[in-house]
Amino acid sequence: MSAERSTIKERAKEALKDDYLRGAVKSTTDRLRTNKLASQEALGNWEWWRERGRQIRAHVVANLDYYLSQLAENVRQNGGHIYFCETGHEAVKQVIEIAKRVKARSVVKSKSMVSEELHLNHALEQEGIEAVETDLGEYIIQLAKEGPSHIIAPSIHKNRHQVAELFAETDGKEFIPSDTQTLTAFARAKLREKFMTGEIGVTGCNFAIAETGSVCLFTNEGNGRMVTSLPKVHIAIMGMERILPTVEDLEVMMNLLPRAGTGQKLTSYVSIITGPRKSGEVDGPEEFHLLVVDNGRSEILEDEDFRQVLHCIRCGACLNVCPVYRQIGGHAYGWVYPGPIGAVITPLLNERNDQYQDLPYASSLCAACYEACPVKIPLHDLLVKLRARNVEKGRTSRWEKLSFRMYRHAFRSPKRYRVAIRLASRLQKPFLRHGFIQAQLPILNGWTGARDLRGFSGESFRDRWKTLQNVLEKDKG
Amino acid sequence: MKVSLFITCLADSMFPEVGESVVRILHRLGCKIDFPEAQTCCGQPAYNSGYLRETRDVALTLLDAFEESEYVVTPSGSCAGMIRHAYPDLFAHDPVLSSRVVRLAEKTFEFSQFLVDVLGVTDLGAELHARVTYHPSCHAMRLTGVQEQPEILLKHVKGLVYTELPNKMECCGFGGTFSVKMGDISAAMVTDKVNQVVQTQADILTGTDMGCLMNIQGRLRREGHAIEVMHLAQLLAKGMKL
Repeated sequence: MSAERSTIKERAKEALKDDYLRGAVKSTTDRLRTNKLASQEALGNWEWWRERGRQIRAHVVANLDYYLSQLAENVRQNGGHIYFCETGHEAVKQVIEIAKRVKARSVVKSKSMVSEELHLNHALEQEGIEAVETDLGEYIIQLAKEGPSHIIAPSIHKNRHQVAELFAETDGKEFIPSDTQTLTAFARAKLREKFMTGEIGVTGCNFAIAETGSVCLFTNEGNGRMVTSLPKVHIAIMGMERILPTVEDLEVMMNLLPRAGTGQKLTSYVSIITGPRKSGEVDGPEEFHLLVVDNGRSEILEDEDFRQVLHCIRCGACLNVCPVYRQIGGHAYGWVYPGPIGAVITPLLNERNDQYQDLPYASSLCAACYEACPVKIPLHDLLVKLRARNVEKGRTSRWEKLSFRMYRHAFRSPKRYRVAIRLASRLQKPFLRHGFIQAQLPILNGWTGARDLRGFSGESFRDRWKTLQNVLEKDKG
Repeated sequence: MKVSLFITCLADSMFPEVGESVVRILHRLGCKIDFPEAQTCCGQPAYNSGYLRETRDVALTLLDAFEESEYVVTPSGSCAGMIRHAYPDLFAHDPVLSSRVVRLAEKTFEFSQFLVDVLGVTDLGAELHARVTYHPSCHAMRLTGVQEQPEILLKHVKGLVYTELPNKMECCGFGGTFSVKMGDISAAMVTDKVNQVVQTQADILTGTDMGCLMNIQGRLRREGHAIEVMHLAQLLAKGMKL
């Protein structure tokens, strides 16, 4: 099904038919969230850390101009180059310009969600430049010609048998054993060649540190180190909000991000990169470029209702606990960012595109995402606010508008409310069997397709109240 | 103690027996109970769909109804959460309404929370010989602060065998209009929930929110399971022979 034209409802319906996907997503998110709980308990005082995280992020976002200019100054002082790209298109153009100048034929990449947002690989390939993802999960989905379906575990929807098939197919072999050792060895051998020949390393940036002009990468496979030290050019790409004032602030995030995302105390590799190789240093790139991408973010920054979404540190904790994500996986969300954070950020970053405005309805508003968020973004409230914006902008159906107008009319007056529930109780009679409706009713088939519907009681509580009061009075006596 | 009942539109129109159980228990505990008939609904269906103007109009009806009340007690963690969590934000622009809303929010409690936290009651002297599991509703847990109160009450019921619901923190898939609008996803969620309820081999499933219980019950019936579903107040009232 084409993601471009379908609705979240249709994509979810497709995903729900895929038992492999649902099994893989559930078992991995189960593991991640169990680990998260254990590691946050081990840290102790999780709520205190969480509140500190929120404060740091809120402070940065409120003073973003200041920190961006401090960052720019320090990057330049370290001998690096910094570019502010208003659109994704501009960012892509910048990368291609650099690649052409250094006559690069191949690019090795470490995982970056922003580069997914820009469709960078596709653009590079169109210029005849090979772009290879070196994070194992990203490598898998690149071979499968898919986008990531989780923020930190991009190939979460695939089990190891599917990965083995994919690798075999890529290598022109009939069969590769599906044990994890064979699979990682296969990827390692393939990727080593790429590391050695890549002329440019492209990475994301978990956090940029304003006071030092550094970028910081959290990785678990060491591929980020290869990408930032072997090629002669390093290009880091960051969303404009991914910034921290100081190294002390990084300490807080180093505790929050891995614990919230995977339940690790720390990721296996934390790299802090400050500019290109300096004289006397044995490794590192000759050139360092940092791209700061806006791509719709400054509009969110100006909107008080939604500014908080820029606090996000992309840990994926909200995905792991989201009951909707766990049923349908990431691709059903239709764009780069899945889960609750995707349901909020995708419509905002694509404000003028009606196609993504139905995402906020893909939530039961259970608030598990808020509970899991290490920087306390109230995603459940933002989802309601987005729905309210759809109502304001006239994006909801006539039928829905009419229903809520009727609801308002009936429920703001106790008298009319009473008449309404009596009427409903009478109208349901032909469909009622033993107090439940089992028949498929056109408006309610979302419900009645899978469950019986309890009917209205013949006698409401308010009808019973007088009698009840009399009984209680007697009871007293 | 004077207690005003906010019975909720769902319990009023579909589950009057829940309201009745609440009344009988509070009466037994010596509360003086009134039911302001001017109440209708907390406005949640409109709120969750983003119809904020409509929500405010309906919420005002509730605000008027409970103006004079000392305590407002409701058998729904979700509706209590609506009042405590969403109302302050909905009326933040109006200083007069805003202070009225804060007063209402401060005196509103979910039923089990009122028993344990306000009345300080944990043992109702109930006796019920059954295997029971409990689904903690998301809004009760996360918006209203209903944490261990229902389980404390259940564990004091003589003869009751309490079995914890696996993966109990996960949403049952109700979500108000979500269950109709995103019917397929919601159905997948409630199917998981029902599997877990069945795993406990419980005779009774209980909870503090009829929205969620109605959803789980609807699926239990469709799958043909005989597990009884009842609100915590009904279960306790039954055990107290009220």
